[in-house]
Amino acid sequence: MDIHPYLEFVPRALARTAFLTVTSLAIGLVLGLLLGLARVGPVKFLRRAATVYVEVVRGIPLFVLILYIYYGLGSFIGQFWVASPYIYATSAFGLCYAAYIAEIFRAGFQSLDRGQTEAARALGLSRRQAMRHVLLPQAFRNILPALGNEGVALLKDTSLASVVTIAELTQSGKAYASLSYRFFEVWTVVALCYLALTIPLTWGVRKLEARLGVRSAPHTA
Amino acid sequence: MSAAPLIRLKGLRKSLGGKEILRGIDLDVARGEVLCVIGPSGSGKSTLVRCINFLEIPDQGTVEFDGAVVHPDESLDQHRARVGMVFQRFNLFPHLSVLDNLTLAPTQVLGLSPDQAASRARSLLDRVGLADRERSFPAEMSGGQQQRVAIARALAMQPQVMLFDEVTSALDPELVGEVLAVMKGLAREGMTMLVVTHQMKFAREVGHRVVFLEGGVVAEEGKPEDVLERPKSGRLKEFLGHFS
Ligand SMILES: Nc1ncnc2c1ncn2[C@@H]1O[C@H](COP(=O)(O)OP(=O)(O)OP(=O)(O)O)[C@@H](O)[C@H]1O
Ligand SMILES: [Mg+2]
Repeated sequence: MDIHPYLEFVPRALARTAFLTVTSLAIGLVLGLLLGLARVGPVKFLRRAATVYVEVVRGIPLFVLILYIYYGLGSFIGQFWVASPYIYATSAFGLCYAAYIAEIFRAGFQSLDRGQTEAARALGLSRRQAMRHVLLPQAFRNILPALGNEGVALLKDTSLASVVTIAELTQSGKAYASLSYRFFEVWTVVALCYLALTIPLTWGVRKLEARLGVRSAPHTA
Repeated sequence: MSAAPLIRLKGLRKSLGGKEILRGIDLDVARGEVLCVIGPSGSGKSTLVRCINFLEIPDQGTVEFDGAVVHPDESLDQHRARVGMVFQRFNLFPHLSVLDNLTLAPTQVLGLSPDQAASRARSLLDRVGLADRERSFPAEMSGGQQQRVAIARALAMQPQVMLFDEVTSALDPELVGEVLAVMKGLAREGMTMLVVTHQMKFAREVGHRVVFLEGGVVAEEGKPEDVLERPKSGRLKEFLGHFS
């Protein structure tokens, strides 16, 4: 096995996959949290809007969403702004994962004991303060494993960015395989590269979980 | 008792799930008074307490505090900050240490500095006999200890009145005493208290007045010795019979 070509493209491709994952996940988490808050919030219009968003986005295959945003919306936007394919890809991933993450946050908030909100409000905390200091930290701790799963799923889904010409791991592998005809070798390397990203991610989430959960495990009164 | 009452409830009505739970409550709580509320399950005791700090918004009637009507659409957070509440199931914040449970609201709501809030919290923990537990988490404590922390957490806001809703009902019998002792101490210091309880001995010894709630109305009220030992209505006699 000649490792030189791999040294050429693998580090760059790995970095692109990691970059796509981190930026998309950031968008997905922020937007997902906002949508999740809207879904459990007091404003009926926002509740409805968030529900519609989640249902619509979850009903569309991610592959189609990417094509739709890149080729569909891209053909309009491209008339006055030439955006990088990364913009289209991270938007598509972020918008899609926001819908799933919103559902996770919603379930996280709804699974909390009502007594927590009541105790916070009874002390004079505003709705917002109660959310920020009492509900969100507890919900976050509870949903961390689920968020970790989304992170891993998103990382693997970034392989779809190959359709918008980004030379991330999968796209680079495809290019080199068709050049070298060493299919088994190339895809073995690509698969190992994905594992090299997913395993530390999973491990990191577990560590964080353990750190947040050790002493403050919810009691059953 | 001659001055205006600290709390005055007028014609309070509240329905929950299509059923009228409170059916016209008129009740005063004087400054420094310990008012005990007794009554069968479902008579509306919790609902009454929760209407006073507007965890439930009354359908009809008014809550006056210190002579002024509290309007549910404004300044509720301010109102709640001066009314302390302790729950049957403690409801401590499990993700926060004991100290942080006590400092959260004073820093966020009253704007105390972290140092001010911490020193206030420490003296309260001392008062409830848990000075050495400020770094513990709720899950590491017994029910009785948790409930004492919950009392201290409410007191950290320096409320003008404390509401207790069956705060010993979720405790093992051997832990009830330590919580009642803290409440007794509070009463002795002149705290205004509204105590929903099934502890008749506590009502008899500590209460200044006892109210018997039945079917969402005040069915009987008076001095503890009168209400508890010379009940007028058959219902109250029957209810008290369960405790002897
Ligand atoms: N959110 C709700 N929706 C519907 N019904 C409710 C709700 N909350 C309470 N109730 C009902 O209202 C009635 C009175 O409730 P409340 O909790 O005030 O009684 P209580 O006197 O405190 O009883 P207990 O001694 O069991 O605590 C009960 O029958 C209860 O089932
Ligand atoms: Mg009750």
